[in-house]
Amino acid sequence: MTDFEQRSIISGVGQSVIGRRLGRSGLDLTIEAALVAMADAGLTPADIDGLATYPGAGVGAGPGFSGPGTPEVQDALRLSLDWHAGGLEGPAQLSAVVNAVLAVGAGLARHVLVYRTVTESSEQGSGGRQGIGLGGGGGGRVPRMGGSMQWTIPFRAYSAANWLAMNAQRHFHEYGTTPEQLAMIAINARRNAALNPTAVYRDPMTLDDYFASRIVTTPFRLYDCDAPVDGSTALVVSAAEHGADVDHPVARVEAVGTALRGRPSWDQFDDMTTMAARDAAANLWARTDLKPADVDVAELYDGFSFLTMCWLEALGFCGVGESGPFIEGGHRIALDGELPVNTQGGQLSAGRLHGFGFIHEAVLQLRGEAGDRQVRTGPEVAAVANGGGPVAGALLLTRD
Amino acid sequence: MTGTPFRVQPALDDSNRFFWTSGEDGRLRFLRCQDCGYWLHPPVPRCPMCGGRDVAPEAVSGRGEVWSYTVNHQPWDGDPEPYAIVLVALPEQEGLRLTSNLVHCSPEETRIGMPVKVTFEQHDQVWFPLFEPA
Repeated sequence: MTDFEQRSIISGVGQSVIGRRLGRSGLDLTIEAALVAMADAGLTPADIDGLATYPGAGVGAGPGFSGPGTPEVQDALRLSLDWHAGGLEGPAQLSAVVNAVLAVGAGLARHVLVYRTVTESSEQGSGGRQGIGLGGGGGGRVPRMGGSMQWTIPFRAYSAANWLAMNAQRHFHEYGTTPEQLAMIAINARRNAALNPTAVYRDPMTLDDYFASRIVTTPFRLYDCDAPVDGSTALVVSAAEHGADVDHPVARVEAVGTALRGRPSWDQFDDMTTMAARDAAANLWARTDLKPADVDVAELYDGFSFLTMCWLEALGFCGVGESGPFIEGGHRIALDGELPVNTQGGQLSAGRLHGFGFIHEAVLQLRGEAGDRQVRTGPEVAAVANGGGPVAGALLLTRD
Repeated sequence: MTGTPFRVQPALDDSNRFFWTSGEDGRLRFLRCQDCGYWLHPPVPRCPMCGGRDVAPEAVSGRGEVWSYTVNHQPWDGDPEPYAIVLVALPEQEGLRLTSNLVHCSPEETRIGMPVKVTFEQHDQVWFPLFEPA
């Protein structure tokens, strides 16, 4: 008996143009990315029989967040589908990829197109990033807050920046983590982005530049927060046999990490310093014989810089509480370091493609197609992680 | 900070009205299982520990300590004044916490471990439970 992960490959990847305020629709960008991914997989829309996205239309946190839903994309590409799914609830943005791997593994579909699209830069406009719960709708009145958000928004904790800043502050308190250590996530990302032609911020960043950036919510500065962009990422998850029919190496999902064992809450989760990353990562390592030391490149979510530190610990690249010393100076996580991290520039500098930029980059690195930022040692195993707070999902990818 | 800031109001319903109006008499309340004594937050209709359905609002001491915090500088709601968002750990039960604001002191004075006590800020029919240095 083999694990379901072994029955599929990532046969193709693609991205649309990525940028600030492109002024193009999410559907337009999605089609562009999908056509690239399908061509890369040696497929046409007629071959696609599965479709998956995160989060689906019209849900989530603010303008430009959700991208088009699967019905719109199905119709735009005239897909004939045996299986389809979209949704916000699950192991972070990677839930769409996990669902696709499950569907192929179960025989429900043979070629699943998976996408994630954002138009946050255009739709947030010149007003910058918005807090949650302040949208007044047509009448200009702020709606009353129900559900889980009633426990944060009325206390003016309007953004995940506020919630996660408290996680970071607790980590600083328990482990002596410093702002200088935290800064290395942003500085490393910018260093890598300089080598990525599609990254939105490529000018060099020094430690002084970092400390000159304004404080958003302590300990996070502007450069600890990812950069809203417009763009779409697509990939094709195919039945493993299709690997013989593509003209390039392919990546395979070796193991998924989907667990959520603590309370699914931003402020009631048992350990603020690990968050749900702890559960997803433990689940991932229980599904493979590979070990953290086998990982050659790590693409770890950085919606806020601290989350990358959290994932470094959760995935076992350093001990719990030791991510500060691990990244200090930025050498270990550099492109030529022992564990290159966020090689495309992360969301901090390459742009907030909301999780999917990391899987796209991991696949390119495993295929040896990452251009000037290619890790020279020829990576064979990549870790991809998405999410923060009570939301977490992870994948271990290998080169097939 | 002077004056009362803008606040998004909670949508009151039968499950949460007790919490948001609790401050009318100056007491902070959470649901508590009347069978096993477990404090429930956020409110749910049945005790997740013992399954008991006899849950009712009960007052806590109103004291706690700052478990974590952040000083917000981003003018999300148009107010440029920095303010402290705190996560307060309540002594009644390990892991029972409330996101809130620290008031009546400078945001820069906020520290993890700081003892605090509840104070309420009334907006119409809602009493927001905030905390001040104890």
